[in-house]
Amino acid sequence: MSALRPDLAVIADHIEPGTRVLDIGCGDGALMAALRDDKQVDARGLEIDPAEVERCVARGLSVVQGDADRDLAFYPDGAFDYAILSQTLQTAERPDLMLDQLLRVGRQAFVSFPNFAHWRMRSALLLRGRMPVTRHLPVSWYETQNIHHVTVTDFRELLAAKGVAADRSWFFAGGREIGATGANWRAEYAVFQVGR
Amino acid sequence: MDSPIDSLHCLPQFTRPMAPQTASNSFTLPSSLPLDSGQDLDGVAIAYESYGTLSPARDNAILVCHALTGDQYVASTHPVTGKPGWWERMVGPGLPIDTDRFHVICANVVGSCMGSTGPASLAADGKPHAMRFPVITIRDMVRAQIALLDGLGIDQLHAVIGGSMGGMQALSLAANFPERAARVLAIAATARHSAQNIAFHEVGRQAIMADPAWADGDYYANEARPDAGLSVARMAAHITYLSEAGLTEKFGRRLQDKADGSAGTKSFGFDADFQVESYLRYQGSGFTRRFDANSYLYITRAMDYFDLAEEHGGHLGKAFAGTSARFCVVSFDSDWLYPTAESRHVVHALNAAGAAVSFVELSAPFGHDSFLLEVPALDRVVKGFLE
Repeated sequence: MSALRPDLAVIADHIEPGTRVLDIGCGDGALMAALRDDKQVDARGLEIDPAEVERCVARGLSVVQGDADRDLAFYPDGAFDYAILSQTLQTAERPDLMLDQLLRVGRQAFVSFPNFAHWRMRSALLLRGRMPVTRHLPVSWYETQNIHHVTVTDFRELLAAKGVAADRSWFFAGGREIGATGANWRAEYAVFQVGR
Repeated sequence: MDSPIDSLHCLPQFTRPMAPQTASNSFTLPSSLPLDSGQDLDGVAIAYESYGTLSPARDNAILVCHALTGDQYVASTHPVTGKPGWWERMVGPGLPIDTDRFHVICANVVGSCMGSTGPASLAADGKPHAMRFPVITIRDMVRAQIALLDGLGIDQLHAVIGGSMGGMQALSLAANFPERAARVLAIAATARHSAQNIAFHEVGRQAIMADPAWADGDYYANEARPDAGLSVARMAAHITYLSEAGLTEKFGRRLQDKADGSAGTKSFGFDADFQVESYLRYQGSGFTRRFDANSYLYITRAMDYFDLAEEHGGHLGKAFAGTSARFCVVSFDSDWLYPTAESRHVVHALNAAGAAVSFVELSAPFGHDSFLLEVPALDRVVKGFLE
């Protein structure tokens, strides 16, 4: 699974073989294909971009073109062992309701998101007075899809408010995993494994 | 052709007054066909074409289901029009439905007029059934397809594939005979006919039945055929197969050139002044040469009766409960006959049933007919799904 993006590789490593997985915002299906081929996982995907869906179907994956904000509601309760939401939470209309949906359709969920409290972000805003454009988030404020700017601390507080347990968490910077110390300053993005 | 069983069932063609003898293969159902109406239809013949070689394990068969006015000539020259098969761009060696790998079967639906039993076929009294033919449903068509597969010794299809009414058959087959297809591909289809769908069909039927030559359906021995009515039905339906933008791009308000080649002018009469009028008239009259008016009545009725949820206690999810087939549902953004919302409705039901489903709305300018036309993304989806 070395070809996977680091956050996806961590998720793949921690999914039990032979389980049922819904990958929300599955992109080209790289994670789903890895789970299917290496762990005999029954993987389903939801993806908004028709070109990506086409790529997924062409590699034999079951992916529905749809909008997570609207279409997650049509999946039955507890249909999956895991729901995965990678780099999509910050684009949701209501991230808190999205989290509810994840834990309704899945027994557990993996959520990855960019940490908007990374020191580069903070310095861009504090010293330059500009909304940050970084290597990890290269799009200007007016065209970004990221409408809810979340930090590691914010996400922990949302979990606490909802009574959701953070079973595990991983943090990344510079394309590799880093420790949890000072993660809200140091991490470019984070992955949480959560459950009720 | 390729299957040894074909020769056992290669019976003489039905003597039909409308269309020439066309079927490359004909299979006569060994027992009567039970219909949703409660009637049974005896001696049903199913005309079909097949391509590619059936594997020794008989596990590489793909059933392609045709649309309302389609037929079994999916990838062979039409015997009446001389035109290429209706899906030659999709079915053939090296194409997305690859006949080098798959044994492709396409059967004329019961009720149609290209060799399968329909209203133009002769009844036991030696006269055409005409309006004595029982009203059939999409599920009845599928029962006949299943009887054909039984006759060919094919227990499970690699895939069942269809666009439009063919997609309805694919969904009906998946719901009613879930063990018979490992993959189900429904393109530009719906799980139920909407009021608007029924309304357009009713316009067509009324056009046919208002034609004096229709003669209560008993026109087969007459010189005059209800061509005018059938032609209007086709013209009205044809509009629903195209997009508004497509019609505007193709014809706009342009006038038709005159017969001598000079630029067209408004005639201040009721000739086909506009190119779009001329096109529709051509489509209508061409259609009457290859299609039986009564078949048009019966098949449109079957489509109007189609409501897959109604057959399964009002819940579409129940129609697919427990299915182990993989599904792929495709819609087109310019299709207003069976819009994307209808496909999403099917997908949500399949999600609720826990089925393995893919869905994509493809962008194409051609309206409902996009499934028949040059849409490279569709080729990629079909090819990938069949892997």
